[in-house]
Amino acid sequence: MSGLESLYQQIIVDHAKHPHGVGLTAGEETSHQLNPTCGDEITLALRWSADGEHIESVAWEGAGCSISQASASLLATLAAEDAAAGDAWTPVQLQSLIDEFREALRSRGATPLDEERFGDAAALSGVSKFVARVKCAMLAWVAAEDLLQRRAG
Amino acid sequence: MTAAPLTAAPLTDGEIAAIRAQFPILGREVNGHPLVYLDSAATAQKPLRVLDAERAYYEHENAAVHRGAHTLAAEATELYEDARRTIAAFLAVDENEVVFTGNATEGINLIATAIGIASSRRGAGADFSTYALEPGDEILTTELEHHANLIPWQELAARTGATLRYIPVDDNGMLDLDAVPALITARTRVVAVSHVSNVTGFVTPLERIVPLARAVGALVVLDACQAAPHLALHPRALDVDVAVFSGHKLYGPTGIGVLYGRAAVLDALPPHLFGGSAITTVTMEKAHFLPAPQRFEPGTPRIAAAIGLAEAVRFVTEIGLDRIAATEHVLAERLHAALAEIQGIRVLGGSAVPAGERVALASVVVDGVHAHDAGQVLDDQGIAVRVGHHCAQPLHRRLGATASVRLSAGVHTTVAELDRAIEAVAGIRQFFGLEAATTAGGGAS
Repeated sequence: MSGLESLYQQIIVDHAKHPHGVGLTAGEETSHQLNPTCGDEITLALRWSADGEHIESVAWEGAGCSISQASASLLATLAAEDAAAGDAWTPVQLQSLIDEFREALRSRGATPLDEERFGDAAALSGVSKFVARVKCAMLAWVAAEDLLQRRAG
Repeated sequence: MTAAPLTAAPLTDGEIAAIRAQFPILGREVNGHPLVYLDSAATAQKPLRVLDAERAYYEHENAAVHRGAHTLAAEATELYEDARRTIAAFLAVDENEVVFTGNATEGINLIATAIGIASSRRGAGADFSTYALEPGDEILTTELEHHANLIPWQELAARTGATLRYIPVDDNGMLDLDAVPALITARTRVVAVSHVSNVTGFVTPLERIVPLARAVGALVVLDACQAAPHLALHPRALDVDVAVFSGHKLYGPTGIGVLYGRAAVLDALPPHLFGGSAITTVTMEKAHFLPAPQRFEPGTPRIAAAIGLAEAVRFVTEIGLDRIAATEHVLAERLHAALAEIQGIRVLGGSAVPAGERVALASVVVDGVHAHDAGQVLDDQGIAVRVGHHCAQPLHRRLGATASVRLSAGVHTTVAELDRAIEAVAGIRQFFGLEAATTAGGGAS
């Protein structure tokens, strides 16, 4: 697989074209993240269970490059899949996923994302070899982290 | 500026080959392909002689200038001031009208900050108050400016209570010149415009703006960053008070820029930074300042970079700005004609290339593909372009784009390189599974 094809895997191109989890509700708490160099934008919300213990889904809206948009879509997909399997994330679990995601993306290809944990989002491993694009892939995850930190006060 | 007569002959293939041989970086490969560098509008590559000039200075004369009596200090001062004379000759102005800055951004900030200080009733010359602003005064800029020629004026307006207005841009990225007469009034104190747009490459028709500004006594500030590498830059002929450019876009080092200021303006304005080298007498209570340009160069200046920039100026002067302009016109026509043939892309500002009125650059929006992704596909083929808003968000917004892919040529750009880039642009949509683009044989002939 050439460098470019490892960056733009079919899963990523598909998610960028047909993103999942798009649509915010007026008034819900969101985090807005902007990549000022190229104008990528993500506004993201975490939807909590009634008891406030678990994240049932991730919703977002945005505009920008295919990496930033696919990454947000893949994060939403992963949240939905885990919740459907009865493994809705706690804040601690989501933070640990974000930490792992960030470490893999900053590893310059040395540490790929674990497919068991990240599912289709593991396709974003290829981004780590393109240092200039890591920020694009991180955008949605940084938004999620921002919401977690606000919640923790 | 109306159509500059392009009477000089374009550079021959042999001449361009000889120029290319002076740029070591053009010999490298990127992602397995020979580098095609089409990002000169962001920063130009450097010919060996510029690097050699900086190195020779450090090897033989390095010393602090304008202080010390030893031989090296005298030689370094001579080289630094010779660099200033070289720039002055290049601009056809006096050497005391040339201030070295870090870059064009710093040059515009110098003027805006000095006006701000004058507005707080501090000044070096007796007539500093000529440039002081107060509520009700107006600063006029345009909707197509680089952020460097917008934000300093926003800040100056906020600090002085002056009002910032702008000349709007039409759907083609051209300034709405019909709006200018109503915008330049007795209240207009500063008019700040770009000589050449860094997004569309259009040359601003300064003759439709500057005389009106002159008539009301407004200070005219020209951002000449994108003009200096492409056309002869003569601030006096253009009748502007201030002109700035960056050395690194003119084949010179980073960290050096030039501010031209009409002598009367520089003599009246107060310094924007304070410290050593810029003063005559200092007591514990106050300081007296040297005349321009020293007044605006406190601290040890960027000596080696200034010497490098002077060498870069000699480099382009020896080739001839008229021949560079003629060559780039050929490239611009080929680039825009070919881009106009590619389905699924839009060129910001359209594809017309009036002689002398557009430099060899094009910013492209690829339908369905974000600029960042498009640039990645080009980089994979060794083609270096700029992606993003190019520090011109208002213009992009006006033209209905958030980001674009900018291809910009330099003095070393060949037709073959341009054709390679055009073909690569034509293949972007296909790479992302969108309908195949078509070209008229990969380029116009």
